[in-house]
Amino acid sequence: MLEDKNRIFTNLYGQDDWRLAGARRRGDWNDTAAIIARGRDAIIAEMKASGLRGRGGAGFPTGLKWSFMPKGSDGRPHYLVINGDESEPGTCKDREVLRHEPHKLIESALIASFAMGAHASYIYIRGEFYREAEHLQAAIDEAYEAGLLGPNAAGSGWDFDFRIHRGAGAYICGEETALLESLEGKKGQPRMKPPFPAGVGLYGCPTTVNNVESIAVASTIMRRGAAWFAGLGRQNNAGTKLMAISGHVNTPCVFEEELGVPLKDIIEKHGGGVRGGWDNLLAVIPGGCSVPLLPKSICETVLMDYDSLRAERSGLGTACMIVMDKSTDIIKAIARFSRFFKHESCGQCTPCREGTGWMMRIMDRMVEGRADIEEIDLLEQVTRQVEGHTICALGDAAAWPIQGLIRHFRPEMEARIQQYKASHGGTGLIAVPAGVPVAAE
Amino acid sequence: MFDTDSEAEISIVLGKYPAERKASAVMPLLYIAQRQMGRQTGSAWVPLPAMDEIARRLEMAAIRVYEVASFYTMYNTRPVGRYHLQVCTTTPCWLRGSDDVVSACQKATGISQFGQTSEDGLFTLTEVECLGACANAPILQVDDDSTKIWMAPAPKN
Amino acid sequence: MVRVIVDGIPVDVPAGSSALQACEAAGKEIPRFCYHERLSVAGNCRMCLVEVARAPKPVASCGFPVGEGMEIFTDTQVVRRARRAVMEFLLINHPLDCPICDQGGECDLQDQAYGYGSGISRYQEDKRAVTDKDLGPLVKTVMTRCIQCTRCVRFSTEVAGTPELGLVSRGENAEITTYVEKALTSELSGNLIDVCPVGALTAKPSAFHARSWEYKKTDSIDVMDALGTNIQVQARGGEVMRIVPRVNDEVNEEWLSDKGRFSVDGLKRKRLDRPWVRVNGKLIAVPWKDALVALARRLDGVSGDRIGAIAGDLCDAESLCALKDLMTALGSANLDCRQDGAWYDTTRRDGYLFNSDLTGIDQADALLIVGSTPRHEAPVLNARIRKRFVDAGRGAFPVGIIGAPRCDLTYDATVLGEGPETLAALLAGEHPFADILKNAKHPMIILGHAALTRRDAPAVYAACRALAEATGVIAEGWNGFNILHTAASRVGALDLGFLPGAHGRAASSMVRGGVDVLWLLGADDVPVERIPADTFVVYQGHHGDAAAARADIILPGAAYTEKPGTYVNTAGRVQRAFRAVFAPGEAREDWRIIRAFSEVVAHTLPYDTLEQLRERMAEVNPVFAMTGEGAALLPGAGVADDPAEAVAFDEAPFRPVIRDYYQTNVISRASQTMAECSAVYGVAAAE
Repeated sequence: MLEDKNRIFTNLYGQDDWRLAGARRRGDWNDTAAIIARGRDAIIAEMKASGLRGRGGAGFPTGLKWSFMPKGSDGRPHYLVINGDESEPGTCKDREVLRHEPHKLIESALIASFAMGAHASYIYIRGEFYREAEHLQAAIDEAYEAGLLGPNAAGSGWDFDFRIHRGAGAYICGEETALLESLEGKKGQPRMKPPFPAGVGLYGCPTTVNNVESIAVASTIMRRGAAWFAGLGRQNNAGTKLMAISGHVNTPCVFEEELGVPLKDIIEKHGGGVRGGWDNLLAVIPGGCSVPLLPKSICETVLMDYDSLRAERSGLGTACMIVMDKSTDIIKAIARFSRFFKHESCGQCTPCREGTGWMMRIMDRMVEGRADIEEIDLLEQVTRQVEGHTICALGDAAAWPIQGLIRHFRPEMEARIQQYKASHGGTGLIAVPAGVPVAAE
Repeated sequence: MFDTDSEAEISIVLGKYPAERKASAVMPLLYIAQRQMGRQTGSAWVPLPAMDEIARRLEMAAIRVYEVASFYTMYNTRPVGRYHLQVCTTTPCWLRGSDDVVSACQKATGISQFGQTSEDGLFTLTEVECLGACANAPILQVDDDSTKIWMAPAPKN
Repeated sequence: MVRVIVDGIPVDVPAGSSALQACEAAGKEIPRFCYHERLSVAGNCRMCLVEVARAPKPVASCGFPVGEGMEIFTDTQVVRRARRAVMEFLLINHPLDCPICDQGGECDLQDQAYGYGSGISRYQEDKRAVTDKDLGPLVKTVMTRCIQCTRCVRFSTEVAGTPELGLVSRGENAEITTYVEKALTSELSGNLIDVCPVGALTAKPSAFHARSWEYKKTDSIDVMDALGTNIQVQARGGEVMRIVPRVNDEVNEEWLSDKGRFSVDGLKRKRLDRPWVRVNGKLIAVPWKDALVALARRLDGVSGDRIGAIAGDLCDAESLCALKDLMTALGSANLDCRQDGAWYDTTRRDGYLFNSDLTGIDQADALLIVGSTPRHEAPVLNARIRKRFVDAGRGAFPVGIIGAPRCDLTYDATVLGEGPETLAALLAGEHPFADILKNAKHPMIILGHAALTRRDAPAVYAACRALAEATGVIAEGWNGFNILHTAASRVGALDLGFLPGAHGRAASSMVRGGVDVLWLLGADDVPVERIPADTFVVYQGHHGDAAAARADIILPGAAYTEKPGTYVNTAGRVQRAFRAVFAPGEAREDWRIIRAFSEVVAHTLPYDTLEQLRERMAEVNPVFAMTGEGAALLPGAGVADDPAEAVAFDEAPFRPVIRDYYQTNVISRASQTMAECSAVYGVAAAE
């Protein structure tokens, strides 16, 4: 469990002043110029050594990502784009950074931009975060006024502009290339890769896209050192992570915790326990809705980090868990995710555009039980047909929760179908209009 | 077309992006148009002439603006009520009783279906996907502001 | 070059190629829907998935760049499964209405479903229905069939340059639309039908007329403009049902203008299907023999210098050659193929050609357009200019135009001025665009008929030529001095010397009473109202338009789809068309009419077969022996006009020669489809 002295986000709950004065009291903007004076290579080396993995879900090593940016410039500007399009159901951690720790983010953005040769950075904030964007804008204005942004930002000798771009209601814009498309004023439809953004990104220029949290921790890592950060958590799962807990717990909340802590402890400590006690637990979705759920048996022992959850055929994702107790209709809970993915599919590529709708419709019938047992296999096959065949990962994300459901709750699905048959005398798939005589068997 | 408040916002927005990448401003400009409609008519939506004007200003083909406006759910391409009630019903909110929020909204406004506007034109009720405040679930967002959290009766254990 | 191994076969492909191109180079067919060679890569249909060694999942070959030593597998279990999966997804919401779909038989989805589809559907849910869109009189939509490949969006945005189509909304609600329900304003909209891989966009005029496999297909050349677009005429039961483009990278790539595609119904209406002779002021139908004898009688005793012939815009070179030979035999030097009164330097072939060839546009890095609206005069050529403009990138292909066009040219063109005085300024170096031309490596001038049909055309022409020589438009190894013709027959006629001979009269003089007997070979756009009442007019042609109404004898000829013919395009490319159907009724191939008449007047032309006639043409001008080849810069066969008097510049601005794109010749004027287009786009087209 994380000790207070190792917390990065010390104003996560907004108990203190989020503005510049308060941020300075907490250590932000403390001689930022000195960090920048260490030079690009040193900063990237430090980030690599820290073992920080991307906090947006995919878990790609952040320092490594930064190092992909071209060292020199061919005349094209470089960009850092910060992904604040936090839209995955269950996930609400970046919001707290934007609301209560905006200066940590801005300062880190300056350091990161310097490390990748970018003089300009955009942060893409989801449109629904209206007040959050206001807070951040106020912090940006303060920073400009204080000379922390703009020419010779924070006395570092580096010119740096930081701007907000607001989204407008599209989950897909959390995908990095869709985000870039959106930032360029187009529909948020993911691009094919290659080329990767580090080569051809925003406006065709070298670009790195990082999650809000991945960037926001950079300043603290630079201050306290890679060794400190790497010393937290587990091997290959270093550091602290913002997590959230929602659903059927007594105290839903957002919190910072070390990686590698048992899931059960987290639920007990931060979530105040499962509603009705641990034994009332049905399942946990550990990292936003795109990762497969974990039944109670796995929740007993699994650790909250990238590799442990991967080993259980789930994932850390955004580390924002959704807890469901035994009162939950688990099929309906997952069916709602299918509706979500169908709603958020950009419609660009075939398997996702057609497959998400198909999956949703079968899932909706599964909720009622109006299906055949064999259709569970069909559903599973459809998820496999979507998975891995799309331009971006939304197709995979839509497939995984259903696969998790079938893996762990197939008996419940079958029971639902049996129940429907018993009460309706059939699957209900063939609608017989009234008045049509039914042939005798 | 745009009033002085909007014009002031537009000049700030255009300053954010490189001059030859004006198209980036299409999303902010759609917001500005929508807010102006809200100020002027009480219904915050983006009518077609506004999109055409945005296309003209940003030197884009009009269809590209239509595409953007129709792609993102927060642009209302049809009139809405003065207050736009947006209830999140995604699983985390559903687990915490969003159904009760929906029925409370329906009861208060007389709206029976999502997407409808109340007869007095005051409210439009929309089902939205995750609003990104799951630890505070359930969430009801009114217009742009989700900090006013609707406290539904706690779901019974 | 990069060495790639496709299914074990090593192939060398240029660096930067896609995996799909490498597979094709290895002879592997890759199914695709969204990918189109001439459009940007979208990668959205996911049908072209292949396996690449060491890639974690199948990749879309259309957008995946090759690397040295890359191993691609196109026929593995993973690939087959992926394609079957994609096919199933494409079909779940696609209606099973192939039996009533016009695309049936030539549908990519139908064809590929044979390879990757399943015999049964596992989809139990309700299918999606999408509202049809109104895209104007030419393109019919059945949007439920759409598979969202976005080829049409990319075509209209990239090639046509009229970004009016888009994919709006998202997810499974995404649909192709103009959003505002308005007719597409492109002159290339018919190509949307060709690029659409399914039956979502089909031809409205030919809807439900025939199945694709019923057509008899004949290669031909489009005559609606002077580009020489390669077409295929598709006929059923002796009737031309539709016209589609053929691929020719050096001419039309694979596009066809709407007028070329949709004027077909004009071939069936207002046709002259038997000979007519005017008796006591009234035209009466007569047998061929009587018509030819009546004409011979009228010509009897008329001296050669009182006989004249004017050729129209749609003539094949064969009939031009035959008529010229006849006129010569009758002792007449009164020949003209320029019913619009245009002036070129006809003493040399490069005086009237699009000298850089159409492919030269792809290299040009600065363009001056003088008195031309390429979008209306040759839409496919305009698309090529646009392609160059887009490929060159921002500001790298400056275009200046003298004479404001009445439409958006689909690329940035700076209007430098309205008339010849701007040309004078350029020539004097007083205008900055002169430096742009001078500094360009491959500068180009396109000189059009808005400038060439004026009284001061010789002066404008001379000024352009001088400017071209001064700015490197004509230089060693590069000739960017280009005449853009509007008439399909014009270059062929000029090559044959269908021009006034020594002391011969030009078209305007013939029309105004300069001859007693005037033979109009498809010359429908001469000002017939100016022809004096006592001039005897012979009209040989295929449509009952204004000229036929004025005629004293009508000799019914064949339209371009009804005869084998040779056409020379604006760039001097000699191309052959074949006969698709027979001419209606008594109408005959034009050269045969002339040949038959020559016998009646005892000046029998020395050729009995088409081959012999073509040998004669090659005798007149060797270019006709070079069919299908590029602009052969052979010396012109024409005789110079009366030496250009030193005419002064006229101050009037250049006026576009085409007022209504959809109504420019007898066939398009007879077409109801074109009339409808003219009504829909009339204001836009005229403005």
